[in-house]
Amino acid sequence: MSATQQSVRVHLPLARGRKAERSLRALLFHVALLLCLAIGILTLATLLIDVMTDGVPRLTKEFVTSLDSRFPAKAGILSSLIGTLWLMFLVAVISFPLGVGAAVYLEEFSQRNRFSSLIEVNISNLAGVPSIVYGLLGLAVFVRFMQLGRSVLAGALTLSLLILPVIIVAGREALRAVPPSIREGAYAVGATTWQTVRHQTLPAALPGILTGVILGLSRAIGETAPLITIGALTYLNFVPNTPMDRFSAMPLQIYNWVSRPQPEFAKVAAAGIVLLLLVLLAMNAIAIYLRNRFEQRW
Amino acid sequence: MSTLPPRPLAGGTVRGVRERIIKWLLAGCAIVSIATTIGIIASLAFETVDFFREASIVEFFTGTNWAPTYKPPGFGVLPLVGATLLITLIGALVATPVGLGIAIYLSEFAKRRVRKIVKPVLEVLAGIPTIVFGYFALRFLTPEVLQPLIPGTQIFNALSAGLVVGAMIVPQIASVSEDAMRAVPRSLREGAFAVGSTRRRVATRIVFPAALSGIAAAVILGLSRAIGETMIVTVASGLGANLSIDPREGMATITAYIVQVSLGDTPTGSIAFRTIFALGTTLFAMTLGLNILSHRIAKRFRERYE
Repeated sequence: MSATQQSVRVHLPLARGRKAERSLRALLFHVALLLCLAIGILTLATLLIDVMTDGVPRLTKEFVTSLDSRFPAKAGILSSLIGTLWLMFLVAVISFPLGVGAAVYLEEFSQRNRFSSLIEVNISNLAGVPSIVYGLLGLAVFVRFMQLGRSVLAGALTLSLLILPVIIVAGREALRAVPPSIREGAYAVGATTWQTVRHQTLPAALPGILTGVILGLSRAIGETAPLITIGALTYLNFVPNTPMDRFSAMPLQIYNWVSRPQPEFAKVAAAGIVLLLLVLLAMNAIAIYLRNRFEQRW
Repeated sequence: MSTLPPRPLAGGTVRGVRERIIKWLLAGCAIVSIATTIGIIASLAFETVDFFREASIVEFFTGTNWAPTYKPPGFGVLPLVGATLLITLIGALVATPVGLGIAIYLSEFAKRRVRKIVKPVLEVLAGIPTIVFGYFALRFLTPEVLQPLIPGTQIFNALSAGLVVGAMIVPQIASVSEDAMRAVPRSLREGAFAVGSTRRRVATRIVFPAALSGIAAAVILGLSRAIGETMIVTVASGLGANLSIDPREGMATITAYIVQVSLGDTPTGSIAFRTIFALGTTLFAMTLGLNILSHRIAKRFRERYE
């Protein structure tokens, strides 16, 4: 393989041109590109600063332990925090086996035939479907057809379907990263496909799979539209206790607070946002830690 | 796909039977994805067909009065579609140059240190929940930036929604376009540098046209994402259907209307309830069409260099 067919990062000192081009056009071009970068970074910075200056002062212990209220000073995020935790747990339990099972099947067991191409096309199409359409699916199938009502379970099933393509793709990448020699060694001593997967391939791919699952979960936690569509409550003054209870979730609660006319509720919403971002930050940090700690170098 | 030859499944032995059962269980997991697609199409189609028994298709696609809960009801979807397209257009006008600029810079110009900062910024931006963007649009962008600068801007307005939707899709356009540019082989750049070309000309005359199919696909995917966006447009542009091209006014998009019905007390089984499925079908058709178009463009016009 010649050098040109490897990764494309051009780092040849000579290939950058010996002299920097010194025309006005080049300068304007460079400035325009840097402006684009600046817009991107500035947007993120403004958003974070605005949210944090309004939200952090309001983020007190009472906020995390109180239920919602009509009075901005008393409103707290407890019920939707519990709702989000419920969802996180159920979605993990549902989507992990389904997603990893599908990834294992596609990578280890299936042959390149029409059936598997159909599944692959399917998965990439599902990844591009708007989340509110998943909400409509959940409403029709889980809430009404399967009679689960507007419960945490229906919400968790809907979100699991939403992130399933993410987990399948991440799982396949992780499995593909395991070198064939591992499998070949197992086959050479007489193992069946499942034995190889169970004892060699899957454990080797597990850190990558877990990272993918955690990233999928962080996506699920930030979703509001599917939950609204299946009828999750936006105003909730009790804490859900079973999977069949009605529920709310943090993004939903934030939406409700943002929509209220009293300006003090904007600060309450900001506090909710800061908490949500902290939860997401923690999950991503765990994912990165897992990836770095258990990453295998073949 | 496994690159090794298929393993014989040990015939009728206990181990063979177990292998087959496990294989079918795993295949079942993969079939869930097909079941999901069938479920989406079936649940949308079912209610939509019911919907069009009462509302006329012609009125739906050409009418300008969207008032499903009034008597007599109006089922013209154009105000909602118009709002969706206006906001998507504003978003695309903002996100395409910014996203492509970032992609070109990262791919052709940036030093390692700059990449190390910009890439995580893009990833963080991509991971922020859309409700947070919605809060930013309604509680910061409109009152602090748009209303002072542009007289006549309402508290709910399409401009704010469009700008923030654009901000949301910048990371996607930037990273997919950058992938497309990095896939252009080094030899093309090296050849240009060898005849004395500058980095700017290489970026604009060589790499950009070579990666154009991937870049076009990236932009179309961004459009698709913007069309399906719900929370930003609901919060920033409001829930009132309004056929207008004035971006200073609020106008409900297709997705915003679905939210409005889902939040309300519309009884299930009523015509107003079935409207959300008809709208869902419209939305699904639009995004599916764009996704397929994007895929086709990427495949058909991809330059092959090997």
